[in-house]
Amino acid sequence: MATRIEREARPESMLLNMGPSHPAMHGTIRIMLELDGERILNSEVEVGYLHRGFEKTCEHRTYFNLLPYTDRLNYVSPLINNLGYVMTVEKMLGVEVPRRAQLIRVLMSELSRISDHLTCLAAMAMECGAFTVFLYKIKAREFIWDVVERTTGARMTTSYIRIGGVKADLHPDYQSALEKAIKETRGVLKDVHGLLDKNKIFLNRTRDIAVIKPEEAINFGWTGPCLRSTGVYYDVRKAHPYLVYDELAFEVPLGERGDNFDRYMVRMLEMEQSLRIIEQVMAELPASPPELMAEGIEPAEAIKQSRRKRVEKPIKLSPNLEGTEKRVYPEIMANAPGYVPPPKEDVYTSIEGLISHFKFFMKGHGIRPPKGEVYFAVEGGNGELGYYIVSDGTDKPYRLHLRAPCFHIVSALEFLIKGHMVADVIPTFGSLNMIGGELDR
Amino acid sequence: METAEILNLLQTKFPQAVKSTSTSFGLDVVEIEKDYLLPVMEFLKGKPQYYAMLLDLTCVDYLGEEPRFEMVYHLFSLSSNRRLRVKARVSEKDLRIASLTPLWKNANWLEREVYDLFGVEFVGHPDMRRIFMYDGFEGHPLRKDYPLRLRQPRIKFRK
Repeated sequence: MATRIEREARPESMLLNMGPSHPAMHGTIRIMLELDGERILNSEVEVGYLHRGFEKTCEHRTYFNLLPYTDRLNYVSPLINNLGYVMTVEKMLGVEVPRRAQLIRVLMSELSRISDHLTCLAAMAMECGAFTVFLYKIKAREFIWDVVERTTGARMTTSYIRIGGVKADLHPDYQSALEKAIKETRGVLKDVHGLLDKNKIFLNRTRDIAVIKPEEAINFGWTGPCLRSTGVYYDVRKAHPYLVYDELAFEVPLGERGDNFDRYMVRMLEMEQSLRIIEQVMAELPASPPELMAEGIEPAEAIKQSRRKRVEKPIKLSPNLEGTEKRVYPEIMANAPGYVPPPKEDVYTSIEGLISHFKFFMKGHGIRPPKGEVYFAVEGGNGELGYYIVSDGTDKPYRLHLRAPCFHIVSALEFLIKGHMVADVIPTFGSLNMIGGELDR
Repeated sequence: METAEILNLLQTKFPQAVKSTSTSFGLDVVEIEKDYLLPVMEFLKGKPQYYAMLLDLTCVDYLGEEPRFEMVYHLFSLSSNRRLRVKARVSEKDLRIASLTPLWKNANWLEREVYDLFGVEFVGHPDMRRIFMYDGFEGHPLRKDYPLRLRQPRIKFRK
């Protein structure tokens, strides 16, 4: 079957395929260009190469089990995807999350936002020829992922933010890693500002290229940094505050022209604001986090003892990934029996704990939100990341739909590149930050 | 203007269109007849309601109910910082609904997605094709009667 552009193209113009496998097409996307010389007369964007049936799969998984799938949506900022899903379910359940868990969530989502913006701008700069910038930014991202890795145990597929709280407490030594990450990122941002802001080559390729007016951007459903680059003040963190964002001081940078350069600049300035948020959160999180290993008897010994009588002494378990520690549980997990898995100490040493464990994980039991439909959105790396969940009262969502910010943004690509040169596709596409996992779902 | 006022105004302006209004988890929901979709949306988009942004558009398959499909639209007003959900039921026998492409440009891809995954046809859509699945794919995967693990034969190379 011929594609639209093959049918509509003028006989004298040339058709050029960009992608699906092209170094500048992050992920896989195909852009067909109708060219007159080097000028783009028309184009057609074809998506769906990364369609994995996320929504269909989720309909067949329980609310607890489908969390890892959300990591794979926007794979540069998985923690925000976790957060969006988890908060949607919490809204249905009416679960109150402890303050420490909320602060950790803010910290994690801001770290993800920085890594998202760094990746986007690194790729964009590299494709414009600024390879140094790419290396600098990827270096800064490594330091940020060090912090994430220490606490969550993974770099990308974290599954860290859970319904009711977070999976584990922060690493006892998270502060030194975080301070280093902040320092390095600040340094890199300063260097990159110096390298690119007044760089003639970069400016020529981004200034006044792919301009979009605010009305057009709204009409296309744009959100996030791309919408703000046109001068529209809309940030979910400010418009519909969630977690503790309303208590934190931060600004929302705006652009003026809505061209590639403004999209670059808004992302750069946003990272600085994210660093500000992180510093405020860090100041509020206790300076001396709970010890890694709690005092008590060995887990194996405790299980042995529990066969004869109830174990009264505390059990030596790490609050960090290897297990849970009951002592820090109230700080990182909501007190909502039936909605959060019970602490492992209880599961292995008492019959009540074991029963509640089974009640949580058994088929047909577990998290069963009331009937109804809910829409909840968080500010993702690309914009408003919304989940629409229809519950029919069972332990599986009847329908789960993701409002992917990327989808709306990329749908405007044909409009953006019309009339520009072939070379302009690359920085334009780079500045939109298309993420295949989120776009195709 | 408050959302309740807007919904009242909507009810007086289109008495046959509005079936019910409710709130669900803090979000105002209005259910309408599908035939009136385009005028209702045009009214909501225009001033002074000014729901300028089509946040999201999707479909839910209620297998066994009649009408079977439910189109769900999320609108957002930047000026008053409010969201609104508009729902319309579509029957399986007449699986067609008006396209919102004249009002919003992102409706183009969103409606293609719903067409691809549910098979709802949009009247007035300029380019009604599949978006995620390939040409030659049979069926609509997000329907409830489409099995999770159904395999389809590979397609032939294009000449």
